[in-house]
Amino acid sequence: MTAVPVSKIELKPTRRRVETLQILGLIGPTALYLLLFFVFPLLIVFVYSFLKRGVYGQLVWEFNVLNYVRVFDTLYLSILWRSFVLALLNTLVCLVLAYPFAYYIARVENARTRNLLLVLIMVPFWTNFLIRTYAWRVILANDGPINLILLNTGLISQPLQLIFTNFAVVVGLVYGYLPFMVLPLYAAIERIDFSLMEAASDLYANGWQAFRKVLFPLSMPGVIAGSILVFIPSLGAFVTPDLLGGAKTVMIGNLIQGQFLTSRDWPFGSAFSVLLMLMVLGATLIYFRKGGRTL
Amino acid sequence: MSKTQSLVVMLILALLVSACGAAPAAPADAPATAGESTGGDAAASGRCGDPSKLSESVSFYNWTDYLDPEVLNMFTAECGVKVVYDTYSSNEDLLAKMQAGATGYDLIIPSDYMVSIMIQLDMLKELDHANIPNLANIYPRFAEAPYDPGNVYTAPYQWGTTGIGYNEAEVGGIPDSWDYIFNPEVAQKFAGKMSLLNDQREVIGAALKYLGHSMNSVDPDELEAAKQTILAIKPYVATFDSDSFGDLLVSGDVIIGHGWSGGYFQDIYASDNENLGYVIPKEGGVIWTDNLAIPKTAPNPYTAEVLINYILDADIAAMITNFNYYASPVETAEPLILDEIKQDSGIYPSEETLAKMEFLRDLGEGTLLWDRIWTEIKSE
Repeated sequence: MTAVPVSKIELKPTRRRVETLQILGLIGPTALYLLLFFVFPLLIVFVYSFLKRGVYGQLVWEFNVLNYVRVFDTLYLSILWRSFVLALLNTLVCLVLAYPFAYYIARVENARTRNLLLVLIMVPFWTNFLIRTYAWRVILANDGPINLILLNTGLISQPLQLIFTNFAVVVGLVYGYLPFMVLPLYAAIERIDFSLMEAASDLYANGWQAFRKVLFPLSMPGVIAGSILVFIPSLGAFVTPDLLGGAKTVMIGNLIQGQFLTSRDWPFGSAFSVLLMLMVLGATLIYFRKGGRTL
Repeated sequence: MSKTQSLVVMLILALLVSACGAAPAAPADAPATAGESTGGDAAASGRCGDPSKLSESVSFYNWTDYLDPEVLNMFTAECGVKVVYDTYSSNEDLLAKMQAGATGYDLIIPSDYMVSIMIQLDMLKELDHANIPNLANIYPRFAEAPYDPGNVYTAPYQWGTTGIGYNEAEVGGIPDSWDYIFNPEVAQKFAGKMSLLNDQREVIGAALKYLGHSMNSVDPDELEAAKQTILAIKPYVATFDSDSFGDLLVSGDVIIGHGWSGGYFQDIYASDNENLGYVIPKEGGVIWTDNLAIPKTAPNPYTAEVLINYILDADIAAMITNFNYYASPVETAEPLILDEIKQDSGIYPSEETLAKMEFLRDLGEGTLLWDRIWTEIKSE
């Protein structure tokens, strides 16, 4: 920073120029970075989505919209639908599990304990997601710890088939995305004035009514933020269904990846990506309209 | 910015970071530095070509776990050329990287059908046979391979097959036929204990072979029949897996599986379970060859040719096979290869079996039909 505060400079044109320079200096590097590594690649994807695949997988510069028409094939729509349902299920399970937990952390009196709990939520991120998913493969295996404990305590006589099932996929997704639900919920609940809850019970609301009419509506910004943060990435999840579900179904993520590698149909993969981005953008806009204003 | 908003922004950043970590080929894609070695001044021996024309270093882009790192150290010590070594885990990764504009590689190892694609896309440089006298060492059939007759663009590196890995005690015999995988009445005995490769060319190809068709068929009726065959046994499949099929067999999570010869052998030889084995089905299966090739954009083509020649030397080729259990196309290496490898009919199949094997070929436009069939199989 310059030694002379900007406000002390008298000459108007110079002052404006200094301000412009300062703004450029502050946002310039980020703007340039985003332009080069975000906007530019996005433009490439957009342009590719209107091209044709050549016989050997190369790009043919014949502009057409057939790639977008192809997305609306029932085969691909069913994949989109399945990914959507899985992401929604994951979001709901995360919400139900995270809410009481976030509420508890927000109500802890001791600030040190509260910070410790928050740090503990972030601890899993210190290990790569892929490694943690492989760990679940060991935990859920036929000869894994869960089956061993159940067998040894005599609760079951045959190992349960846990790995390579839809159950395993949901377990893996919920495990991976739970922190993204807990943290925004915590932030929202922590700011609530809890005397409002006392007022509710003074006015003869029972516990459920107080939750439904007072606490939950006030925590809505956290619910929406958490849901968006969980829903969007789980919509594109493909590593978890592959590793824990046995790759027996195709998700949007697998489909797009396959277009770029195995089928070498970059235009179709690009078209699918663009549509997916538009869907996610739509969801985010709804978030800012419904919840963002009250943040 | 409110607390919630800043948290949201932080979380999006954290998500991006973790999403990057979960990229598709993350486990095997990290550059391997183990093979990198610094140049020595050792006197050039006969197999180093013309020392005055050698570059200081050469960039080698190879499959994961596919070379004894000692070979690179020896090349550096003998010829004084530093080898920069990097790895990939599928032909498609290699092609995508080359198409995206990677230019620094001097030597790559595409498989047969990928060689055809790269030749069509004009990505490979013609080899100067005068610099690779060891091409005389290879078995004649590799000199007339369908994807590159006369070794104009490539020299064979190693070859192998796709077949069935099994646990003999659990399966109750040696599963020497695709019947064990694709006949629903047989396969149902292995329900939840069977793995297939997560690879459309291999799985649909094997089903086509089971039905008596070519593995390179683009006939819609034959492909539809293959799809029905796979769908009939899909309920019994535990997982589609191309990375850890050998581990799954050893750990007992599956008792029968579809996979690549070397992938199974590396795990079977490392395990002390006598019941594990690999067999090529009697109907035949996929045979594949990985090939040394030089991209058109290679900065040091002469040194790359010298390295190809070095790898085709009998003792080096034998070292590589004794390390990774894939068969060598170098005929003169045969006496130096371990007996347990040479006598294993899963690694060195008989002439009779070889005659029934098929190379995968690029399908051209047919790729789109295959991809659709595969997506339908996975979506059912």
